[in-house]
Amino acid sequence: MKIIYSLIGVLALILIVALGVGTADLQYLFGVIIPVLAALVFGVGIIYRVIKWARSPVPFHIPTTCGQQKSLPWIKSATLENPQGRWGVIARMALEIFLFRSLFRNTRVELRDGPRLAYGTTKYLWLGGLLFHWSFLIILLRHFRFFVEPVPFFVLFIQRIDGFFQVGVPILYVTDIFILLALSYLFFRRIVSPKIRYISLIADYFALLLISAIVISGILMRYFWKVDLIAAKELVLSIFSFHPVVPEGIGLLFYIHLFLVSCLLVYFPMSKLMHMGGVFLSPTRNLSNGSRARRHVNPWNPPVKVHTYEEWEDEFHDLIKGAGLPLDKE
Amino acid sequence: MYDSGKIIIGLLLFFGLIASPIWYNLASGKGSYKPDIKIVTTEKQCVAPTPYMRTSHMDLVYSWRDLVVRENHRSYNSFTGRQYDMSLTGTCLNCHSNKTEFCDKCHSFVGEAPFCWDCHVVPKEGN
Ligand code: HEC
Ligand code: HEC
Ligand code: HEC
Repeated sequence: MKIIYSLIGVLALILIVALGVGTADLQYLFGVIIPVLAALVFGVGIIYRVIKWARSPVPFHIPTTCGQQKSLPWIKSATLENPQGRWGVIARMALEIFLFRSLFRNTRVELRDGPRLAYGTTKYLWLGGLLFHWSFLIILLRHFRFFVEPVPFFVLFIQRIDGFFQVGVPILYVTDIFILLALSYLFFRRIVSPKIRYISLIADYFALLLISAIVISGILMRYFWKVDLIAAKELVLSIFSFHPVVPEGIGLLFYIHLFLVSCLLVYFPMSKLMHMGGVFLSPTRNLSNGSRARRHVNPWNPPVKVHTYEEWEDEFHDLIKGAGLPLDKE
Repeated sequence: MYDSGKIIIGLLLFFGLIASPIWYNLASGKGSYKPDIKIVTTEKQCVAPTPYMRTSHMDLVYSWRDLVVRENHRSYNSFTGRQYDMSLTGTCLNCHSNKTEFCDKCHSFVGEAPFCWDCHVVPKEGN
């Protein structure tokens, strides 16, 4: 049912543009006004969410660790698993963001004959996620050929690598295949396993279906149902230089694609897709585990009057010395 | 707000990147550029209707190639009833003899560089 609802949602969006542009000729609305508004919602929404996160205090020092903390010099410590300083944290975050290291540790629980509980590693979700996100990034970067003039060198370079096999007309990009495979995996993963289906929400399906619809419309536009790319780029350039003009006859599929992207932009800040910003702000990942070296103060604590050991030693200096006990300062 | 320095730098970086097309087009000054392709032939019509050519000429030349190379079929019956020899150099570039001002201008606008000319001859350009 949840799947049906999200599917209906996406199809309704497509129907809206198809009617809006196909029958009512609202090219300016769907080509300029809605994308620009969507970009604004995206920007403001992201700032709002990030600031809201940044305003919540982190009362406890909660980095997750799975390695030896830095302690005595002769005990080997795990700098990545248990980062001690800033560089350790940066390296750990980089691995997290670029390679999804936490997901790599994903485990699966199974009830085997016996009955016996078995745990094993499972890398499929990691692989599917990695494939999806990297393909998405590369596809986004490739789109810069429509966003800027002259086309930057890195776009040409990516295109060449991506179309390395030179199959078909226009040349087939490997990332197009990868993203479709990854999306299908991520989608069917939620349907096939009853456990995952049970915990899946409309929002989970909707995000996947919306992105799939964007990908499919893009692929159709590139390989099957051609649109006037020159006119499409003119439109995009004119928006980016704040003098929007809508050229004639770009093709309906382009407007469908653009409208779905606008919907994604609007949906982004108010959905779980915000994990893009959230990953940077996860305290379990971005805190260094220096709890033995530095004191983490709960930001909402009232000021606590402390009496440190040094002060104590100073206070009883003569007495300690008189008793012949060792002093830190001497 | 906690860690406001880092948060603000992060947000600025993100929006700087997201808005990079705006900066880039400002810097290159080509935000309103559009390729003005020159048609040098005296003919009135392309081998297929112009809207079709504009979006789908690649399908056409590839189908020509397959017909010629795989099926040794060299004659194309155009929509006007005129016969064309299916040849990249001999037909397309016969009418569109200004490849750099025509094909290339469009293609570089969308970052495309068909590798056909690795093998196929480009006739000497006369405008
Ligand atoms: C109106 C602009 C325009 C003109 C003029 C033009 N092209 Fe294209 N051409 C395009 C576009 C747009 C594409 C598709 C690019 C893409 O999909 O990335 C393309 C793609 C191609 C491709 C396929 C490239 C690939 O990698 O798959 C070939 C081949 C091609 N054009 C040949 C020609 C030839 C030959 C001429 C000159 C006789 C020409 N074109 C003139 C706009 C143009
Ligand atoms: C008989 C001469 C002739 C031949 C052969 C020819 N063209 Fe054309 N082509 C024209 C003319 C004339 C126009 C302009 C039509 C117009 O303005 O409506 C044109 C327009 C085009 C356009 C659209 C340009 C635009 O305004 O956006 C493309 C792309 C194109 N031709 C590519 C090709 C390709 C590729 C071939 C080879 C398959 C080819 N042409 C063969 C005469 C020719
Ligand atoms: C590896 C070299 C090579 C490359 C690269 C190449 N071709 Fe060809 N092409 C050939 C050969 C060889 C023939 C056969 C010529 C003949 O039999 O007349 C041919 C024939 C053709 C023909 C029909 C005959 C003619 O004279 O044009 C077309 C059309 C054609 N190719 C289009 C293309 C297009 C479009 C591209 C770029 C996307 C391309 N070719 C890239 C080698 C190449």
